Amino acid sequence: MRAARRTVGWSAANVLVLLWTLFPVWWILALSFKSPAEIGTDGGRLWPRHWTLGNYAGIFRTSEFLHALLNSIGIALIATAIAVSLATMAAYAITRLRFPGKRWFIGLSLLVAMFPQISLVSPLFDIERGIGIFNTWVGLIVPYMTFSLPLGIYILSAFFREMPWELEKAAQMDGATPFQAFIRVIAPLAMPAIVTTAILVFIFCWNDFLFAISLTSTQRARTVPAAIAFFTGSSQFQQPIGSIAAAAVVITIPVVLFVLLFQRRIISGLTAGAVKG
Amino acid sequence: MAEIVLDGVTKRYPDGTVAVHELDLEIADGEFVILVGPSGCGKTTTLNMIAGLEDITQGVVRIGGAVVNDMGPKDRDIAMVFQDYALYPHMTVRENLAFPLKMARTPADVLRRKVADVADTLGLAGMLDRKPAQLSGGQRQRVAMGRAIVRDPRAFLMDEPLSNLDARLRLEMRTQLSRLQKRLDTTTVYVTHDQTEAMTLGDRVALLRAGYVQQVGTPRELYDRPANLFVAGFIGAPAMNLLPATVEDDRLRTPLGPVPLIAAHRRALAAHDAGREVVVGLRPEALEHAGAGNDTGVTVTAAVDIIESTGADMYAYLFLEDGEPAASAFMELTATDDAGSGGSPDGRQLVARLDPDTPAREGEPIELRFDPRKLHLFDPRTGIRIPMP
Repeated sequence: MRAARRTVGWSAANVLVLLWTLFPVWWILALSFKSPAEIGTDGGRLWPRHWTLGNYAGIFRTSEFLHALLNSIGIALIATAIAVSLATMAAYAITRLRFPGKRWFIGLSLLVAMFPQISLVSPLFDIERGIGIFNTWVGLIVPYMTFSLPLGIYILSAFFREMPWELEKAAQMDGATPFQAFIRVIAPLAMPAIVTTAILVFIFCWNDFLFAISLTSTQRARTVPAAIAFFTGSSQFQQPIGSIAAAAVVITIPVVLFVLLFQRRIISGLTAGAVKG
Repeated sequence: MAEIVLDGVTKRYPDGTVAVHELDLEIADGEFVILVGPSGCGKTTTLNMIAGLEDITQGVVRIGGAVVNDMGPKDRDIAMVFQDYALYPHMTVRENLAFPLKMARTPADVLRRKVADVADTLGLAGMLDRKPAQLSGGQRQRVAMGRAIVRDPRAFLMDEPLSNLDARLRLEMRTQLSRLQKRLDTTTVYVTHDQTEAMTLGDRVALLRAGYVQQVGTPRELYDRPANLFVAGFIGAPAMNLLPATVEDDRLRTPLGPVPLIAAHRRALAAHDAGREVVVGLRPEALEHAGAGNDTGVTVTAAVDIIESTGADMYAYLFLEDGEPAASAFMELTATDDAGSGGSPDGRQLVARLDPDTPAREGEPIELRFDPRKLHLFDPRTGIRIPMP
C-alpha cells in the first residue's frame, strides 16, 4: 500500500517536472505554426487555430536565416572539432606527465572558463578589430575555444585518471610510438568522455548569443542566435514573433539530433575487461 | 634471441628513495631467470628498466650486446606480459594478438598466419572474435601471453603473470608456461613474489630484498646453500627453522638440545673466525620421526603444538621448551616482509615436515631425529652463511 502510494507520488513529481520543462518548448512550437495575425490576437493559445507553415517558409526564403544557419553549423563544428582534439591531447598530457605546477594547471584553466564573459566582450571587440578577425568565422571560433577548452580538459582529465596506465605501457611494449599508443588505444577507450565533451562544447557554441552579437556586424559571420535578433516582420507594423519561433525550432533540431546520435556511444563500462575482473 | 646484461643498474626516484642498488645480473641467451622477493624489493622496477618503461638512474642495460639505456620500449624488441594482462578492451582477441604485428608493419598474409599459429598454440582458436570482457581469467592470461609471443621478440618480460589466477589454474598455467618457454627457447625474465614459482620455473633465481640482490643461482643452490638468513627464510615452504646457538668445545648448544659438531662444521667455524654465537638453520624436511628406520643422528623431543595435514605431507609445529625468544636484531635479519612464506622464527618454534602416517598428536610430545650434516650455520652479526669447505 505504502509502495503504491510512493509510486504514485513519484509519478506525479515526474509529470510535474516534464510539464515544467516541456511547456516552453511546446509553446514555441505552437507559436511557430500560427499565422502572424493569430499571434497578434490569440498568441497565448496552446493549440493553433489554423496550422500554417508560413513562418518556416518565410525564414527559409530569406538569405538572412540560411546564411546564419550555415555560419552556425560551420563555426560550431570547427570550434568543437579543434577544442575536443586539443582538449583530449592536453588532458592526456596533464594526467600522464609529471611537471611542476601540474596541480594548479587544471584549476587555472577552469578559472578561464569561469570568467564573466560580458567583461571580455569589449576588449575582445577591440583586439579582433585590431588584428582583423572581427566579423569572421575565426573571430568567433577563437573565443569559443577559449571557453570550451578548459571544460573539455577538466572532463577528459578526470576520465584519463581512471584509465589503467598499463594499457599504454602494453602498447609501447608492443611496438607503438607514444602517439600511436594514444591514437589506437587510449583515444578509442576515451570515446565516451570525448563524445560527452563534444556534445557540451557544440551546444555551448551553437547557443552562444553574446559573442555572436558583439563580434559580428554583417551576415558574413553572424550565427543564428544573433541573426534571430535582427529578424523583422514583413511590415513595420508586424512583430516577427512567428519567424523567431520557427527559427528557434529549426536550430534546436541539430542539437537534439546530435545528442540522440551520439548518446549511443556514451556506453559506460567500455573499459571492462582491460584488466583483471 | 639475445642475452640481457645489467651492469651496476641503480634506480633512484626524484624524492631520493632508491628502489634498486647497483644491480649486476647476466642473463644468458634463452635462459629463464626469475626475479623474486617480497613486495617493494625492486623486482618490478628492475623489469621496467629492462623494458624501457622506467629510466635508469645509473648503470647500463645491454640487450644483445647493445646498450639500450636511451632506447624507447618499442625499439628494444622485447615483449612483456603484465600482471593485469593489459589487454586492449576495445579490440577482439584477434585484434589484440595482431596489434604488435600491425605496429611492426607485418604484411597481411603473414600477420594472419602468425595470429592463427599463436591462437592454435594457446588454445584460443575458438574465441578470436570475442572481446576481452567476454573471456575468463585464464583465457585473458593466455591472450596476454599470445600477444607477447606473436612477434618472436628477443626476450620476454613477465610481471607476476599468474598472480591473478586462482590456485588451480595457476598451477596449470605454470606448467604450460614452462613448456612454452622451453619450446620457444627465448630469454625470459620473470618477476614473482612466490618462492614456489621461482623454484619451479627458473633456470636461475635472483632473490632481491629492498633493492639489493641477496643471491643469484639455480633454485637448487638457493635451497641447498642460502647465502644469508634472508634467503634461508624466503626459499622453501614452510620456511627453514632458524635457531640461536652457542659453540661449546665439541658441540653446539641449541634450543634443540646439544648437537655434536661434525668435522665440516668445525672446519667452517675455524675458517670463518665466527664468534661463539651462531644461528643454526634446519629445513622442516630434514626432520623425521625417530621411530622410523635407523637411529643415527640427533634426536629432539618436543611438544606438538599444531598439526597441518595436506594429505601427502604432515606439518608439525612444535614448541621448544628450552628455547628463548629471539633478539630483535635476529628477527630483522630473517624477516621476509611476506606473510605467506611460513612461520616466522621466534627461537622457540620448530616446524617439521613428516610422513603423514607419523603418530603425532597435538599437545603430546614427539621424538624427532635429524642428521647434523643437514644443519646450516649463519653468523648472527651479519646474517651471512658460514661457508662449509
